[in-house]
Amino acid sequence: MVDTVHHAATVDFDHVSKSYDPAALKKGAPGAVQDLTLHIPAGKVCVLVGPSGCGKTTSLKMVNRLIEPTSGRILLDGVDAATRDVTELRRGIGYVIQQIGLFPHQSIGENVATVPRLLGWPRARQQARAEELLTIVGLDPAKYRDRYPAQLSGGERQRVGVARALAADPPVMLMDEPFGAVDPIVRDRLQNEFLRLQEDLAKTILFVTHDIDEAIKMGDMVVVMQTGGHVAQVGTPAEILADPASEFVARFVGADRGLKRLSLYRVASVPLGEAVTAAVGEEAIAVRVRAAEAQAREVLVLDAEERPLGWLMTGDIPGEGAIAAAHADPSSPQMDRRTTLKDALSMLLDQDVQSGIVVDRTGRLRGLLTVGSVMDWMRDERSRATADGDNTPPAPAPDPDDEA
Amino acid sequence: MNGKPFIDWTWIGNHLDDVVEKLGQHLMLLVIPMVAGFAISFVLAILALRRPGTVGPVTLVTGLLYTIPSLAAFAVLRPIFGLSLWTAVIPLTAYTLLILYRNTVAGFRAVPPEIHEAALGMGYTARTRLLRVELPLAVPLIMAGIRLASVTTIGLVTIAAVIGADKFGGFGQFITEGQQTSFPTKIYLGGVLSVVLAFTVDALLVLVERALTPWARARAARG
Repeated sequence: MVDTVHHAATVDFDHVSKSYDPAALKKGAPGAVQDLTLHIPAGKVCVLVGPSGCGKTTSLKMVNRLIEPTSGRILLDGVDAATRDVTELRRGIGYVIQQIGLFPHQSIGENVATVPRLLGWPRARQQARAEELLTIVGLDPAKYRDRYPAQLSGGERQRVGVARALAADPPVMLMDEPFGAVDPIVRDRLQNEFLRLQEDLAKTILFVTHDIDEAIKMGDMVVVMQTGGHVAQVGTPAEILADPASEFVARFVGADRGLKRLSLYRVASVPLGEAVTAAVGEEAIAVRVRAAEAQAREVLVLDAEERPLGWLMTGDIPGEGAIAAAHADPSSPQMDRRTTLKDALSMLLDQDVQSGIVVDRTGRLRGLLTVGSVMDWMRDERSRATADGDNTPPAPAPDPDDEA
Repeated sequence: MNGKPFIDWTWIGNHLDDVVEKLGQHLMLLVIPMVAGFAISFVLAILALRRPGTVGPVTLVTGLLYTIPSLAAFAVLRPIFGLSLWTAVIPLTAYTLLILYRNTVAGFRAVPPEIHEAALGMGYTARTRLLRVELPLAVPLIMAGIRLASVTTIGLVTIAAVIGADKFGGFGQFITEGQQTSFPTKIYLGGVLSVVLAFTVDALLVLVERALTPWARARAARG
């Protein structure tokens, strides 16, 4: 996809503080930061989350020195940012802000090529890179390259903002509420696209948001910050939800943190149950016997490709003849292994059924998901997350079907 | 009117070379003050970006200059500079400053803060940012100032005819001579030509602005 070698840098905050004198505070200076020490491994997404005035944006802007720390050091790959030429430093750090800040007088192509242009790349290479990046963020270069920002929708502009930040393949990206200004549906899509992009790019990303749901969704690690610039808790999303370090964190993540935890895991994580199945064309008598032996209330009708067609109540199995597709209740909910547990439970509640039918990418039956199995698994997971407080990532469950 | 036509077209027809000469003069007295006035305003506006405290005093001074009656200014400078070009150019330049300075400063200030921040965060140097980001985005307001100052200057040039000789005033000389000789044709000719020139220059500047800001029309087109 991208012909450049991807690289990511570690980012370390070493006892970083930022304070403002009272005069600056009166003018509405951003939040102060107190003694922030943080290690962000290369290639990970670190989300800074907290209420306004907690210093999350200040922390972010100290990395590219839009704000200079009062004390402490910020190290990129072990090099103190303060010792580097500020212009050169910024050209090596991708920067995305909520208001995007596309240049209205430049075409989309020129906007994306901003940093390559500043770095003095040859024109042809600038253009090629701009087109490559537009493609990566899902915008057809032929259609968008020569347009102006005013001619794009909010979501399209935000994609261009991300493309522009990636243009010189920076090892570190700073994203300040990047999806804050678009409507929830577009935001969800942009978040998903960005996560998919990050799987390939593996940049080190500092991401600021005030939205705990976004933090949980986007972060490999989450830093909950508290008014006054203190760190309230650092951990994986699973750790923070399962074991909030303080009353403040517990309140900030919300009373529904149990439900939020469900969105961290996918169906693939949970052991699936077995269904009593019946193939279309099979003798009804045989199916009846099998159901009785398993004491099943219902059997799952499969087609010739082992794709589930729907449930058939044991009492409704015909007395003779063969099982037909028409016998199956087509409204039975199906989910795949990528479905989050939150969505899966929601489907079960909506359809008022005990078991969800889990299929793989080709639609073949993988097993059954029950409410009980989800609850058992979550209880075990909670003790795993809190047992030793180790920093293993929460494994936002890669799609097992992808590995095939 | 003694049977004479109100406008003596024959006279005009016989003096077309005079019209062309006055046009050249009028344009010279437009272009020199505008170029000088814009250069001064632009430097002061850049100073305003670096030191916002200068905006108040500079606006005050250019405002004071603007209030000086043009007749008085020409009369005062005449004994100092005599019949040199300075006598006309200095006041005409001074009158452009208020409009050009205010609009240029407003143009720079109209650049949205997120554009500044994005440019800064991506590693623009101060100089590149001024030339490649702030200046292009300030063009609409700067051009509005240039149009207004140009139209004002074209009117003021006619008053410079009072300085005397036939070096100053452009079409204004027709007006003054017409008054002195009670020949209405010259008065109307001078007045109408001055107005036509103002409209023409304004129209040309609109075309220049459009050429400089293709992106502004893209915004309008989206609606």
